[in-house]
Amino acid sequence: MIRVTLPAHLGKLAQVDGEVTLEVAGEVTQCSVLDALEARYPMLRGTIRDHSTQRRRAFVRFFACEQDLSHEPPDALLPDAVATGAEPFRIVGAIAGG
Amino acid sequence: MSAVRVLVGTRKGAFILTADGKRERWDISGPHFAGWELYHLKGSPADPNRIYASQSSSWFGQIIQRSDDGGKTWQQPGTPPGEPTTTPDGMPKGESNKFAYDTSSETGKPLTTHQWYDGTPHPWEFKRVWHLEPSQKDPDTVYAGVEDAALFRSSDGGKSWHELPGLRGHGSGSSWAPGAGGMCLHTILLDPSNANRIFIAISSAGAFRTDDGGTTWKPINRGLHSLHIPNPTAEVGHCVHRIAMHRSRPGVLFMQKHWDVLRSDDAGDSWHEISGNLPTDFGFVIDVHAHEPNTIYVVPIKSDSEHFPPDGKLRVYRSRTGGNEWEALTKGLPQSDCYVNVLRDAMAVDSLDKCGLYFGTTGGQVYASRDAGDSWAPIVRDLPAVVSVEVQTLP
Repeated sequence: MIRVTLPAHLGKLAQVDGEVTLEVAGEVTQCSVLDALEARYPMLRGTIRDHSTQRRRAFVRFFACEQDLSHEPPDALLPDAVATGAEPFRIVGAIAGG
Repeated sequence: MSAVRVLVGTRKGAFILTADGKRERWDISGPHFAGWELYHLKGSPADPNRIYASQSSSWFGQIIQRSDDGGKTWQQPGTPPGEPTTTPDGMPKGESNKFAYDTSSETGKPLTTHQWYDGTPHPWEFKRVWHLEPSQKDPDTVYAGVEDAALFRSSDGGKSWHELPGLRGHGSGSSWAPGAGGMCLHTILLDPSNANRIFIAISSAGAFRTDDGGTTWKPINRGLHSLHIPNPTAEVGHCVHRIAMHRSRPGVLFMQKHWDVLRSDDAGDSWHEISGNLPTDFGFVIDVHAHEPNTIYVVPIKSDSEHFPPDGKLRVYRSRTGGNEWEALTKGLPQSDCYVNVLRDAMAVDSLDKCGLYFGTTGGQVYASRDAGDSWAPIVRDLPAVVSVEVQTLP
C-alpha cells in the first residue's frame, strides 16, 4: 500500500481528506504512483503532470523521506520506505508567490 | 418576477451575485473554487441553470467546472472518480480539463510553432482557458478560447474538448506572436442568425471569422491601424482587446483595440474608427445595450502602460449614436483617486427594462447600473481582482 499526500487544492478537487492510499502493481516509481493516483482520481489528470508531455508541472514538487525527488527520473524506483508504506510520497505545491 | 445572476471571476475564486428584477438587494455567494483563478464563467442561453467555469492556477493547470443548478453545486464533467479512464478498447474517455492541440495530418499541415518574442519559432503550449462561450441552442455545446491562441469545442457538456484547427492553420498562425498578456483567444461571438458564422479575437493577432462552422477562417482586420507593429495596416498582428455585437444586428461589430475604438458594418470585412471625443481610446471592455443596438459602452483607460482611468476618475462612456459621440457616465462612480483597471471580459448587460450594466475592477469592486448607465452603485467592494463579469437574466 502506497501512501500519498496531496496539496490542499488537489485534495479538494479529488474530494479526499488527508492521505490517499493506493495499490501499485509492479515497481514503485513516480510514474507508477501517479498513474495509479490518476486512475483512481481522474480529475487530477493534468494537474500534477502536463497532459501532453507528462512532465511534472513546474510548481509541483515531489518529496519523500526528507528528500526532494522532483528531479529524479519518473521511472526511478522510489525509496523502500515509500514502497512499503512506512513513509508517504508527498506531492507539494511549491511556495512560489501568489 | 424576473431576476438576475451575475457571475464574477476573480484572481482568487468565483462569486455569484443574485437579485430580483428590482436589482436593489443582492445575495452574494462564494468564493467558489477559493484560491484559484477564475478567468471566466458563463451560463448557457439554452438552459440558464447550466454554467461553465474556467478554473486555473499556475500550480495545477486548467480545470473546467460545470454547474447544472445555477451555480449551487459544481462538478468536473469528465470521467467520475473510480471509473476507468479508458474504454475497454483502450480509447481515452472524456477528461474535462484536457486541451490537446490538433496536429493531425487530416486537418492539413500540422502547425506546431508560432513566433516568439525574439522572432524565433516557439512551440504552441496550452496554458489556460480565457473565455467560455456556450451555444445558444444546445446546453452541451460550448466553445473555449485558450492561450496559446486556439479555439476548442465540446459537444458533450465539457467532458471532452476538440480543437477547431482551421483557425490556427488558416495561413498566418505561424507568425502570431504573444503580447505582454500572452497570446490568448479571448473573444468568441456566435452569430445568432447564422449557426455557421463565428467571430473570434486574439491578442495579439487580431480578429477572425468563419462562415462554415469553424472549418475555415479568415482574418478580418482591414481598417485597423496599429502603430506598435512594423506594418500598421498588416492583415494580422493587431492587439484586439474585445469585440461586441447586438444579437438583432449581428453584421455590426464594435471593437476596443489596444488603442482605438472601431466599428464594422459588414461583419468585420472592414472597420472604421469611432473613438470620437473619448478622453483616451485605450481600454479593454466594450459592450452593447440590450435593447438599443446603437448604444455602446466603453471604459477608457489612460494608456497601455498606465492601466487606470485618466485623472483618477472612473468613467463609463456611452455612445447612443453607434460611436464618435460619447458622454461620460459618472454618477455613483469614484471621481477622484481611482486607479483600478477594467479587464476585457469584465463588463456585461442584462436584458431587463431598463437595461442593467455591470462591470468589475481590478480593485475588487463590482458596479451595477439599473438605468442603462445613468447611475451606478457597487454591489460589492472588496473582492479579489475581478477578471470577468457575466450576467444572466432569469425568468
